[in-house]
Parts: sequence; C-alpha cells; structure tokens
Amino acid sequence: MSESPPQSLLQITGLHIEFSVDKKWIPAVRGIDLTLGQGEVLALVGESGSGKSTLAMAVPGLLAANARVSGSIRLAGIELANADEKTLTGVRGDDVGVVFQEPMTAFNPVYTIGWQIVEAIRAHRDVTAEQARERAVELLELVDMPDPATRVDYYPHQLSGGQRQRAMIAQALACDPKLLIADEPTTALDVTVQAEILDLISDLRSRVDAAILLITHDMGVVADLADRIMVMKDGVVVESATAAALFADPQHPYTQSLLKAVPHLGAGRIEVSDVEPPDPQPQMPEPALSFREATIEFKSGPKSTFRAVDGVTLDVGPGEVVGLVGESGSGKSTLGKAAIGLVKLTSGSVSLAGTNITRLSQRGLREPRKKIGVVFQDPGSSLNPRWPIGQAIAEPLALHTSLSKEARQARVEELLDRVDLSRTLRNRYPHQLSGGQRQRVGIARALALEPALVIADEPTSALDVSVQAKVLRLLRELQAEQGFACLFISHDLAVIEELSDRIAVMKSGRLVESGPAEQVLRRPAEDYTARLIAAVPVPDPDEQARRRELRLAEA
Amino acid sequence: MTEPAGVEAEELVGQSSVWADAWKYLRTNPLFLIGLTVMVVMVAMALFPSVFALGADPTDCDLSMSRRPPSAEHWFGMDLQGCDYYANVIYGARTSVAIGVLTVIGVLVIGVLVGSLAGYFGGWADTVLARITDVFFGIPLFLGALVLLTVSAQRSVWTVSLALVVFGWMTAMRLVRSSVVSIRGADYVLAAQALGASSGRILVRHILPNALAPVLIYATIAVGTFISAEAALTYLGIGLQAPEISWGLQINVAQSLIGSSPHLLFFPALFLSVTVLGFILLGDALRDALDPKRR
Amino acid sequence: MTRFVLRRLLLTIPVLIGASLLIYAMVYALPGDPVRALAGDRPLSPAVQAQIRAEFNLDDPFPVQYAKYIWGLLHGDFGQDFSGRPVLEIIGQRLPVTVKLTIVAVFFEALFGIAAGILASLRRNSFFDNLVLISTTLLVSIPVFVLGFLAQFVFGFKLGWFPIAGVADGWVSYLLPGLVLASLSMAYVARLTRTAMLEAFSADYIRTARAKGVGRSRIVMRHAFRNSLIPVVTFIGADIGSLLGGAIVTESVFNLPGLGRAIFDAVRSQQGPVVVGIVTLMVFFYIFFNLVVDVLYAVIDPRIRYD
Repeated sequence: MSESPPQSLLQITGLHIEFSVDKKWIPAVRGIDLTLGQGEVLALVGESGSGKSTLAMAVPGLLAANARVSGSIRLAGIELANADEKTLTGVRGDDVGVVFQEPMTAFNPVYTIGWQIVEAIRAHRDVTAEQARERAVELLELVDMPDPATRVDYYPHQLSGGQRQRAMIAQALACDPKLLIADEPTTALDVTVQAEILDLISDLRSRVDAAILLITHDMGVVADLADRIMVMKDGVVVESATAAALFADPQHPYTQSLLKAVPHLGAGRIEVSDVEPPDPQPQMPEPALSFREATIEFKSGPKSTFRAVDGVTLDVGPGEVVGLVGESGSGKSTLGKAAIGLVKLTSGSVSLAGTNITRLSQRGLREPRKKIGVVFQDPGSSLNPRWPIGQAIAEPLALHTSLSKEARQARVEELLDRVDLSRTLRNRYPHQLSGGQRQRVGIARALALEPALVIADEPTSALDVSVQAKVLRLLRELQAEQGFACLFISHDLAVIEELSDRIAVMKSGRLVESGPAEQVLRRPAEDYTARLIAAVPVPDPDEQARRRELRLAEA
Repeated sequence: MTEPAGVEAEELVGQSSVWADAWKYLRTNPLFLIGLTVMVVMVAMALFPSVFALGADPTDCDLSMSRRPPSAEHWFGMDLQGCDYYANVIYGARTSVAIGVLTVIGVLVIGVLVGSLAGYFGGWADTVLARITDVFFGIPLFLGALVLLTVSAQRSVWTVSLALVVFGWMTAMRLVRSSVVSIRGADYVLAAQALGASSGRILVRHILPNALAPVLIYATIAVGTFISAEAALTYLGIGLQAPEISWGLQINVAQSLIGSSPHLLFFPALFLSVTVLGFILLGDALRDALDPKRR
Repeated sequence: MTRFVLRRLLLTIPVLIGASLLIYAMVYALPGDPVRALAGDRPLSPAVQAQIRAEFNLDDPFPVQYAKYIWGLLHGDFGQDFSGRPVLEIIGQRLPVTVKLTIVAVFFEALFGIAAGILASLRRNSFFDNLVLISTTLLVSIPVFVLGFLAQFVFGFKLGWFPIAGVADGWVSYLLPGLVLASLSMAYVARLTRTAMLEAFSADYIRTARAKGVGRSRIVMRHAFRNSLIPVVTFIGADIGSLLGGAIVTESVFNLPGLGRAIFDAVRSQQGPVVVGIVTLMVFFYIFFNLVVDVLYAVIDPRIRYD
C-alpha cells in the first residue's frame, strides 16, 4: 500500500456510509481508510454501485438527507464527518472545490456563468462586485476559455459542453481550494473534448496548488492523470497502488478483470475461434447496405436547414462488420436511422441488399425491414416499460410472420437462450432487469427475424465496463455464428476496434475516412482520424503520457 | 461462453407493472381511501337516489312546513316550499355527478383525440390544432359556458355538460399532446417504427398506454372542478333551472335566508364541498402513486 | 428579445380574431333564432324584432355580419342593450371596480400563495406543511359563492371586521371580496409553489451551490425560488381567466358595481347583447394579459429569450 506523507491533507479513517431506503439501512461505503497528500492526485475507480461517488461527496458533506456517516474525515486538521452546517459551509468552496459530471444541469440555467463564479468568490471573500468579476475573468483565462471577457456574461446553455466544463472548473478553483474533487468530469463529453479537458486538468497541476480527488470509471482517464489509484467495489477498496504499479501488475482479481474488460485501443478484434461460422453461402454480389452520396437535411428554423449528413458513400458487405465512429453531431446516428428508413434522404440513395429504398413509402418498406434488426443505445428506453420482455421480443414476429402464438413463444425462448438469458425472464418487465440484461433483450429482439443486416446504435455506451465487455463479446459471437452484416455505430474507437472488419469515420456529416480496421487505426490517412485516435484514453500510463506529449506538440 | 444471467434475475423480484405498483401504494393510503369512499357513495347516490333517500319524495311538498329546521323525521329540515330537504339534497347528487362525469368523458374524448393527433403527427397538423386550442384557451371556461348557455334555448344536464366540454377540453388536450410528444421520441417507439409497425398500432399499443397517466389524474380532479362550475352557473341562474334539483339552485335560494334558516345553506354546501373534495383527494393520491420519482 | 416579443405579438393576433369569431359565432351563427336567443322570454313585437335584426346586421351573410361586428368593436362599439344604451357606456362605468378587485385578488393570490408554498416546502412534512396541504385542499373544494357569503356572513355581518357590501369604504371594501375571489387561486399557487420548490431543491444546481459554500437562505431565494417562479408566473397568468369568471359571483355576493355584476344583472334580465359585449372585452383583456405573461416568462427564463 502507499505510505502517507508526513503531512496528509486529507485523512479518512474507518468511514462507513449507509442510506435509509424503505426504512432499511443499505451500506454504500464499508470501512474505508484513505490519505491524500498536498498536490497529489488520487483516483477512485469503480463501476456503478461501487461507492466511489458517495465516498467523495461525503468529504464536503454533500450526501442526501437519508445518509448516515460514521468514522472520521479530516481535512487540514478540521473534522468534517458529521460536522455542523456552519463548519461545512465555511469549508465548502473555500477549502474544497467540486467539479461535477454534468455541467449543463450543475449550473443554474437562469444566471450567467460569471454571476455564478462571482457567487462562489463572494461567499468566502470580502471583495467588491467589480473585484469579484475581474477575478472571474482571470479564472476563465486560467482554464483556457476562449474569449473570457465576453463569455463571462454568457448563460450556460449558450456555451458548448467543453466550455461549460471549463467554467465549472474555474468556479471550483475560485477560492484557491486545497482539495479539488472531480466527479466523472469528462464522462459527459465527446472524446476530443475529453482529451482537452484532461490535458487542462493535467496542466493545472503545475499551475495550481490543489490536491485532486478524481472519481471515474474510465481506466484510460486515470492512466495519465493519477499518482495513486484506489479500486473500489461494493463499498470497499479492493486494491490501492501507484498508477504505474497498478497497471503493470494488478494484484486483485477484480482489478485484473476490470483492466481486461476495458477496450484497449490497439488490442485488435475479439477472438472468437471457438464459434462455428455459418455454412458458406454463395457469394452475393450486392452489399447488405449501400449509401450513395446520401445527404440528409433538417429544417432548423423558418428559413434555415441543417445538414446532418453530407454526401456519404458507404457500403457494408454481406457478413461484414463496419464500425461507424464519430463524435456528437457527426451524423452517424442519423445515417443509421436512414438505413432503416426512419429518416428520409434529402438526396442520394440508400439500398438494402440491392433494393433501393430511398423513395419507398412506409408500406413499401415493410418487406425490406423484415431483414434488418436494430439494437438501440439505451436499454432502458428501447423497451416499452409496460410490456413484458417476451412480448417485446415477439413483436417483430407478430408483425411480419404468421406464426401461431405457440410458435412465437417457442421462438422467443430460443432467442432468450441464444442471448444467455433465463427463459423465466419472459414475463418480467424491463425495470426489473439490469442494464446488461435489458440490452440482451434488445439484441434478442433484433435477431428475431434472422436478419441479414443488424444496425447497432451505441449499444453499449450506457453500460458499465464489465457488462459492456460481456455484451460486446456476445455480439461478436452471434455475428460470427450467424454471419449477418452489421453497421456498428459508436463514439468509442476502442469499442469499435473490438468488433469491426472495416472502420468509417464521420465528422460534421461527412465521411472523413474509411478502410480496413487495421489500416485506419495504424496508418490513418486523414488528420481528424489521427486526432481522434490520439484523443482516446488508453489504460496504460506510459502510453497515455506519450500521447499527451504528442497532443501538446501538435497544439 | 458467458455466465448464465439467470442468477442475477432471481434477485430482482418486484412488482410487475406500473399500475400494480401504484395499487399497492394506494391500497393503504388514507387519503385515497377517503376519496374513493366519497366517490363511490356519491355515484351510488346518483344512481340510486331513492335508496339513499329512504323512499322520501323530494317533490312531496307542504307549504305549511316551509323552512322547518332539522328534526327526527326530516333530518335536514324542510326547504322554502316545504319539501323534505334531505331527499332534495340526495337527489341533487344525481344532477351534479351526472354533469361532472358527462363533462369529463367529453373532455377526455376530445382531448385524447386532438392531443394525440397533434402530438404524434406534428408538422402542420400540430400547428393548426395548436392554434385552434389557443383560441379556445383565450376564452375562460366560466365565461364561455356562460355565453353559450345564455343563448341556448334549454338548460338541461346535457346542454350544461356540453357548454362545459366546449370550453374545458383544452387542458386535457395539452396534457395528452405533451405526453405523446415526449414518448414519441423514445427509443421503443423508434424500435416499433423500425420494425414496420403502422402509425395506428404504434399510437394505440405503445404511446397511449404510457401517455394517459397525467391526463387521467387531471380528469379525476376535473370531475370535482366541473361539478363546482355547474353549481356556480346554476347559482347565477344560467345553469339548470327549477324544477331540476341541483345543489346550485338550493344554495341560490338559501343565501338570502342564511340568518334565519342556516340549514338550507349548510347541507347542500356541505355535500357539494365533500363531493369536490373527494375527487380532488382521489386525483392527488393517484398522482402520488404514479409518480416515477417515488420508486 | 425584441424579436421574441414581436413574434409573440404576431401570434396573439390570430388568437384574438379566433376568439372573437368563436364568441360571435356562438351567439349569431348557431341554429335557432338569435334574436329569440338574445332576448330570452322578453316579448318583442315584429317591428322591434326587425329593428334588432337591422341593428345586428342579422340579415347579412355571416362573413359580412362578422366583419361589420369587428369593425364596430375596433371603434369601441360593443353593442347595445335592449333599451339602446351602448354597452361601452356600461363598461366605462363598471370597469374600474373590476380592475381594483382583480388587482387585490392577484395581490393576495401571489403574496399568500407563494409565501405559504415556500414555507411549506422548507418544512416538508411538518405541521405547517400539512396545514397548508389540508387548508388548500379544503379551499379548493368549497365553491367560491359559498365561501363568499360565508365570509360575508361571518366576517362582515357577525364580526363586523369588514364592510358587508358596496364600495362605499374605498379600498377597504375590496379586501374581503378580493380575498374570497383569490381563495381558489391562492390554494393552487401555494401547492404549485411548494411542488416547484421541492423539485428545485433536488436539482443538480442546488448541490453545486451548496458545494460552493453558499448560505441556506440565499440558496432558497436566489436559486430555488428563482427557478420556481417560472411555473408559478405561468399559472398566475392563465388563472386570470378563472378570476374573471369568479368576479361575476363575487361582485354579486358583495354587491360591487363592477363588470361581473353587470353580467350577472344582464343574465337575470336576459340582456344577451350586454353579456356578449362584456364577455368579449374580458376575453380580449385575458388574451392580452397572457401575452404580457409570456414576455415576463422570457424575462425570467433566459433560455426562452435566446431561442
């Protein structure tokens, strides 16, 4: 374990936190000891339910009202656990600054960011309004906000996601806190923006005195930033080590499985050598999905149109997996929807196995749709909350086949077996299943009609890392076994690498680059692709450090 | 291969559906039970007034007994005409409940129809329907019903209900529309569309069952509101007229006699308030039960 | 911001036209004899009937009728009663009373409603909170007219705290009627404020404010309340409609010579045109007031402004 430096800034001993739910006490954190020295960066890593956020929020006393804390939390000598409100209010913002995950909701929408930063300053410093405002602009400069003197008067909804997060960091640093708590600070951001913010935080270490307590589920984020890492599961710390040691030689089986589950860019495709490939089919001449100069425009106001997809030409061959990657606003999801006819093309064409579906009506689309399956991102919302999952899986059968009720039942059970779900779950409702289980149901539904093409739109983005790993493996196996073509849409290059034969990169509606996976990842032809690859966090500290140097050298 | 997921599932046992979940909460909720009792009693009173009135005839009047205070034989006393007040108040329930229920049914039918069409199809259909709704919204319920009844030849339970429906459907429409709009974007609707389900099927089987909760809560409370509105209209003289039996009419007569014969005001006012209260409690309890944040 | 106001203004015009058309059509275009409908049981000789038909342009085709009507409205011609007195004159006499009553009512509604709502939300599940919930539920159940003469009887007649009727005592005579008129709305405002505040308390930005070390009272007023204003203001605006309807009853009970009383008298004496004229004015006012509320909404919520 780590040696605590002679003067620990933060010392937590024997911390227990429980929540009262339906008159029962549910433990969230069970007996944690933790020390953090001045200027150190400690990362708390874990999946959902590990207790990492609860632990961090306990320091400034920001837990919900139904929480019960026992143990000791000493910050610079002041006892914070169960301290009175006056002590806590004095410490919050002044000694401890917090950066939250979702800057859009963490800021009050009706006040400018300048007003809110000034509020943070004037809560603890006796300064005039003008002085506070000056300091606010200074802080925005510190976080590399473009044009700080103007942006200080902007409302939160007028800024981009990355800028809002910078503003949040500025606000947290307003009173020069000794400790900065960053709760999943980049999870809600695009990959390239995430890289920028991580670089910023890394840079701030040299400019600012604060120690940082970083909470995240992303091992790649942690690799470059943290001095020490504590891995949490179910409220306890399973392993604690320096970053280098943890990545090089993880001791605990959970840490090992976690590291293995993280998609690691450069690790190649998932191995499925033990799966039986389908019987060799006569080679079909037409691609399963084909876009030619596809353009999609939306009306974004009385006179203006917004071009979501701009002249994209892309093929998905039969049995091929094409990974479509892009950040938010790239048009990848829109393109995916156009493939099933949920969105109409403004110009260009789209064909499914040779049939041009560009101008077909909803009725005309019935036939082609029988051969496509779709898996959506949010397993919570892609299933009707009032339908038992068996009914949801059977819906495609009810719509497109004339199978009897018993035959449909049988098929549903077959499909549940295929995706490794117990048959008894047939009559359960979505809210009774976990996220991973719901997503398997989504996959089962997509495969109900034995499609030749599957469109998967961010199917694992809403899942925990270990669950994601299992679902991806399942998809890979099913694809190898059944041989369907697949358009796999994601913002996560590492995930895409695990599944795809070919990769296509989109930015602002355009197709920037496409080619065999190996080639695109190792020898990208385009600048943007290179930048995207460089921005992906990799769970390897040395690798991450190297990539950061590269990014800074280019900037 | 991956490990069987059946083990995880066994741990997640719970109620099956949203309504079953809500019912469990409501069963033991005192406010809900009070509201339900009131509603059941009032509806029963409306359907079988003679049973509640114990055979007394509201029209059996003897002027010499005018304004007698409550006594053992006539629990609520006698009204201005010398009729048994208890019977009259009981029979008044029939009119009020009928109008409340009729109006709400009308409001729901129009509201759900217009709201779901506007919400689901969007585009120009939505714009046109929204404008029409705005126009109707510009005329407050009470004022609009007042004018409509002023120019109506007859003032029956049907015409009063109609007047209230014509100027009261808009809130239901807006509730349905906003529910439909927010559900329309849900992934499971997209999934159904991707599968090729027709618009009708999607609306009926996917959207509406999930969208109806807010408007049903509103409808429950609205029964009370409309009953109150009818009483007010009748009290002013443009709702129902004698010889109809309505609490509004009874209160109208009673107001000038409040000093000498307070029982004439007390009983219909009490019944009216309790009925409205019952529906409000019912609606409130329903809202709490269906609140997703409660879970 | 100006663009927003202009756009709202433009949207209001078709609503005004539509509403006036609706009222007009209700009276003059439904099956049945409009003269009969307007006059009720009043016996009219054929000559008088013909005169009325001419006055109201009832022999013209409907669009022409309506056009002439709108033209008249824009010139302040809200019709006449059966003795030839212009409705505009009645309006002129009665308007100030109703305006004062409405102002008092809105004042009470906003002040007591919002205050009760905020306090109840701060002391959730306490005695005060339950008191607020119970009293608002009761207030909402008791019809305005019952509440009206109960209040009049108890506070005016029996206790003598307030004038019983009439406007002889200046602003004091509006206090009790205003309070009665506001009662229903006040109850709704209190509940709405309470709910909005509770929702605001669980919002992320409150947690951020706490994390900054902002004091409790500032959090409540500057953060939670500010965001709760939005639904509350919207409601108060829409609710003016029910206040206008309630004014009819309240003015009758307390014998205040306002527009509401005028409508009540007109209904009693079957003066249809007067009813229609005054209601039309009220509707115009209501629609315009909602426009003001919309603009206010944009002032409160910057997200709407920069649409």
